[in-house]
Amino acid sequence: MKLGRVRTPWWHRAIERLIALFASSAILAVIAIGVFVFRQAWPLLIDDDALTDQGGLASLFRPRLWPGYDEPLHVWQPVGFPGKLDVIPLVVGTLKITGLTMAIAIPLGVGGAVFLSEVAPRRVREWVKAAVELLAAVPSVVVGFFVLAILAGGVQRAFDLTYRLNAFVAAIGLAFAVVPVVLTITEDALRTVPRELVEASLALGARRWQTTLGVTLPAAMPGIAAAVVLGFGRAIGETMIVLMASGNAPVMGLDPTSSARTLTATIAAELGEVTPGSDHWRVLFLLGALLFVVTFALNELGRWVVLRLRRKLRAEEVAPVSGRARRATATAEVAS
Amino acid sequence: MRVAIVCVVGLLACAGATRRAERHAADTVTLRGSDTMVVLSQKWAQAFRETRPELSVQVSGGGSGVGIAALMNGTTDLAAASRDVEPRELDALRARGGEPIVLRVAVDALAVYVHEDNPLPSLDVASLRALYRGHATHWTDVGGSDASRVVLYGRENSSGTYVYFKEHVLDRFDFAAETQSLPGTAAVIQAVRHDPKGIGYGGYGFAHGVRLVPIAPARGEPAVVPDERTAIDGSYPLARFLYLVLAEVPTGATRDLVTWVLSDEGQAEVEGAGFFPLPPEVRAAERAKLEDAR
Repeated sequence: MKLGRVRTPWWHRAIERLIALFASSAILAVIAIGVFVFRQAWPLLIDDDALTDQGGLASLFRPRLWPGYDEPLHVWQPVGFPGKLDVIPLVVGTLKITGLTMAIAIPLGVGGAVFLSEVAPRRVREWVKAAVELLAAVPSVVVGFFVLAILAGGVQRAFDLTYRLNAFVAAIGLAFAVVPVVLTITEDALRTVPRELVEASLALGARRWQTTLGVTLPAAMPGIAAAVVLGFGRAIGETMIVLMASGNAPVMGLDPTSSARTLTATIAAELGEVTPGSDHWRVLFLLGALLFVVTFALNELGRWVVLRLRRKLRAEEVAPVSGRARRATATAEVAS
Repeated sequence: MRVAIVCVVGLLACAGATRRAERHAADTVTLRGSDTMVVLSQKWAQAFRETRPELSVQVSGGGSGVGIAALMNGTTDLAAASRDVEPRELDALRARGGEPIVLRVAVDALAVYVHEDNPLPSLDVASLRALYRGHATHWTDVGGSDASRVVLYGRENSSGTYVYFKEHVLDRFDFAAETQSLPGTAAVIQAVRHDPKGIGYGGYGFAHGVRLVPIAPARGEPAVVPDERTAIDGSYPLARFLYLVLAEVPTGATRDLVTWVLSDEGQAEVEGAGFFPLPPEVRAAERAKLEDAR
């Protein structure tokens, strides 16, 4: 007698196919965007006739003595007589704002995560986590408007700054977007540290804060590194906040109180009005390609670190990242 | 038999389509040129369409030079220009056989704004240039009493006002790198209104809550406050006429559009785009020019 073997109905398989298609559409979209952006920039890299009035591809990165200037300089003034397409001021502006953002976001994000997972009572933790998640959901244009309309004036008065819109204010705005990323991933990393390690440390008479600093944090270090990398990727790709709060002046130099123009803001501000196919247009796509590669690489790096960490911890084989952690592992083994 | 019917019907359809395409061409006026005037041109196109729904106006930018070149090639009916048409260009247009007509259609004044509490009495064009090129960095360098640094506000480089300022005030040189780029004239005014050390530029019609700086054409000459009168009589140094250029005596829809632009309704659209309507005597002169050319 045949037992009724359950055959999957045809519509189950159809829906499975459909879901697979949806899933792969995300991959297709990423590939399509990449190909599109690179294709527009490609002639710059292979065509010798491109950028002739700039002096070739290398001129995008090299200072030049333009008419009317006293010394060779990096100048981004794509509309002019002639237009000047040196991307170095934009790279400097991007790194300046991103660096400042991380200087604010790492202590706040990591410190906040340690507070939440190690110190805070449960009720406080739940409230704060909800607030942080809410903060991550605020649209960046709202954050940008808040910074532009309210925060910038306050910061200028507090520090007596010349420029109301500057790299520092933009970095504070960006920190609103980056801190939630760093905090949530760091907190996850701290949580995945095996309890035995912490208990062993406490059993050996270490204080809570000694355990946190000497055992939990070092053991979670790869996760924290991933949090920082992903936060950096978020900061470098964010557009609206910097467009509204940074002043968008393509200034060279690392003074945090001066204005800065980022790669993202430049693309957003200029692409709408530029002649398609012109050198200016292609350079904007080259900047887009650069951002694409950098954020893609950072995301992959962050993901890889997190995955590795998870796998190692699940196999209860703690990745020793520092001498302290190694000692902690050794003591844990002794204790068990 | 059936094949024959299909063929005949197909041919008729083709003929109909061709005739419609021709009529479409006669009912469409193309207007190319100045980017500064694109918004104004679009306003004109829209309002004109309301009075004459059977006609349509196609507006595109590219710059005054592009528009005039298109006029020479015969690829546009009208060119918009925010600068004078050069004699060389007029000769090239004459070489096509017709007599070109250059009509003044609006007046534009570029205002310079400072904070309301800024005591700066006036600026000459050379000082303004020194400020925005970064050669003068403090208010005391340009006759102000405030010892602090000047904060420069400007427009994004996609703006026609940016290009006009670069061309006419900066003598085609670059803005100082410190010039903050803002996304519109309203944003520039907003920034200057809250910054006692700030200076900005933009259309005259937008200025609220900021002070308009009187501008002298050259050092030692009297400074002029921008208003409708000084902009129109040419004594304000940052004022200019905006033009529509025709390659020859216009006919049909093109003529209707140009006549309408010089009418009360056409001029009423000018202020909405941030410019001044033509003074009555100029308008009369331009209408006469059009009539005489018939």
